[in-house]
Amino acid sequence: MQRMKRVYAKPKAMTEVPFPYCPGCSHGTIHRLVAEVIDELEIADRAIGITSAGCSVRNWRQFDCDMVMALHGRGPAVATGLKRAQPDAVIFTYQGDGDMAAIGTAEIVHAASRCERITVIYVNNGVFGATGGQQAPTTLIGQPTTSYPAGRDPRTSGYPLKMAEMLSTVSPESYIARASVHNVKNIIKAKKAIRKAFLVQIKDSGFGLAEILAACPTNWRMDPVGCMDKIKSDVIAYYPLGEFSSQMKLNPEESLEQSEGENRDRPGTL
Amino acid sequence: MKVARQKKDRVIFEKKLMRGNEAIGAGAIRAGCRFFFGYPITPQNELFEYMAQMLPQAGGTFLQSESELSGINMIYGASAGGGRCMTSSSGPGFTLMGEGLTALATAQLPAVVVCVTRAGPGLGRIASAQSDYRLATRGGGHGDYQCLVLGPASSQELYDLTYKAFDLADQYRNPVIVLSDALLGQMMEPVATGHLPRIKALQKEWAVRGKGTNPRKVIKVAPHTDEELIDWNRQLKKKYQMMKENEQRHEALLTKDAELIVVAFGSTARIALDAVLHAREEGIAVGMFRPISLYPYPDKALNKITRQGTRKLLVVEANNGQMVEDVRLAVDGSAEIAHYGFGGGYIFSPDEIYREIVGYSKK
Ligand SMILES: Cc1ncc(C[n+]2csc(CCOP(=O)(O)OP(=O)(O)O)c2C)c(N)n1
Ligand code: SF4
Ligand SMILES: [Mg+2]
Repeated sequence: MQRMKRVYAKPKAMTEVPFPYCPGCSHGTIHRLVAEVIDELEIADRAIGITSAGCSVRNWRQFDCDMVMALHGRGPAVATGLKRAQPDAVIFTYQGDGDMAAIGTAEIVHAASRCERITVIYVNNGVFGATGGQQAPTTLIGQPTTSYPAGRDPRTSGYPLKMAEMLSTVSPESYIARASVHNVKNIIKAKKAIRKAFLVQIKDSGFGLAEILAACPTNWRMDPVGCMDKIKSDVIAYYPLGEFSSQMKLNPEESLEQSEGENRDRPGTL
Repeated sequence: MKVARQKKDRVIFEKKLMRGNEAIGAGAIRAGCRFFFGYPITPQNELFEYMAQMLPQAGGTFLQSESELSGINMIYGASAGGGRCMTSSSGPGFTLMGEGLTALATAQLPAVVVCVTRAGPGLGRIASAQSDYRLATRGGGHGDYQCLVLGPASSQELYDLTYKAFDLADQYRNPVIVLSDALLGQMMEPVATGHLPRIKALQKEWAVRGKGTNPRKVIKVAPHTDEELIDWNRQLKKKYQMMKENEQRHEALLTKDAELIVVAFGSTARIALDAVLHAREEGIAVGMFRPISLYPYPDKALNKITRQGTRKLLVVEANNGQMVEDVRLAVDGSAEIAHYGFGGGYIFSPDEIYREIVGYSKK
């Protein structure tokens, strides 16, 4: 019998430990992209990942490289110290929007302004997932959360933070991009953004950050498919995709902006 | 007392005149500290600036962090990467480091943290005080963790004990606090530096550097399961008990026949010593006990002294009596305890302590 060709496998930089995430959660997709990039860049032996508080708090179990757990929001400071001690290591933080855009705002702004040679994977799912769906700094106007069940009202809790844009203004030596994982086409682009966010560090040309728009079906109180549609229609409308600061310009045909007539495949079919 | 003997010391090693804050920096670099992350605050700025100038010359990294919160977390990262590292602050910043201290202790990462105490509470003022005793010895961060705390009393001790702090931190894989104050920090005294060996890079087998061809390492600040949590806390407890057993340090002077003993640490011990010697000259049977390790408190030695007959202890400190609790626990009812001092911002005169000794000895 002819052996079947293997066309798809678990990335090497990923352990056998299954994901703990809810069905339809984007964290798993994003983890996989990070691991694929680590494989492709052949950096697993010198990569050090830094975890954050959030649903991904224990993702040291999934990434098969050295890992350090950081406290809520402090990943970029930990990465800064670690990079000084181990300048040849490739260091990445994996942070949610509560972690990076709320409690850890000071740490990320200054790491970006110092153009630290680190890579930040910033997962913007618009809520505090781990603590039960409270409002995040990124929650859209009108979006209900357990903090504000009637929806976010800018008069009481301000406007959603656009971290990629904001950080690009303070980080001249950097690669900062926003991508999404709501369909296959965008997942491929998100991987490119993650790859460049690593490359900018590896080439010692600057700070790297990939903001990834993500779904939290559990706390959005929506089914996974509905979540992907919401990202496409509402979330991207507020958080445009693209590169905001780039030491690593993409070719025009590789642009991260959303294009017309995208195929509608869902994550998980990759 | 070492402080008193200093004048008579034979000069074996060349001494340099150093401000206390600089002596900390010099001791740190001698001990192989190569990473300093900190945020400016008076009265520790001379230390910060010493590191800014000297650490790059020693091939190290100095980085001004955006806050003490970030600073202590940078320490966490550098320590995870195997570096000997230090940060320093004063009360308002030291408070912010509580988060990082509990994390370092939990992840079992060595680090040296210096608090050059100023008078609080709140923003306070930059005048000297010892009012961060409780914060240093009891924590500041959450959970059942414990830092080692050293309380130097001279520029020489700031140098020596900072050096020692790095060894202890590595030995126990635990943060060590050097509790200084504004007075010690600003005071200039001769410091011998050559007697301690110069430490270069150390290999720490547990540090992360990228797994290479080895199995990967994970530095954790949280256990994964309930069982791991229980096991973790048991192990930490064992370590803290070992620290408590083995790391008690103190100095006792004229205690053998003393009816009354002054208990004081740090800069206050320097002032109190004058008062004690004065009272001795006046025929009062007074002695001096100086804890050098503030955690663990040298309770074995103090207990022994009171069990041998000393009936009265006068605790003098520039705070509202934060150390009294430790003294009480140490003597366990075997002596009477009085306290003299208040929340800082004020420097004792030897005369007023002398008057307290006289008054208390007559009671
Ligand atoms: C100092 C501190 N405050 C609060 C928490 C509780 N906490 C854990 S995760 C989290 C928010 C996580 O949200 P996010 O970063 O967006 O991650 P997500 O779960 O959405 O992926 C909070 C508030 C904590 N761990 N530490
Ligand atoms: S709560 Fe949200 S972010 Fe957390 S695992 Fe579930 S879907 Fe993902
Ligand atoms: Mg989130």
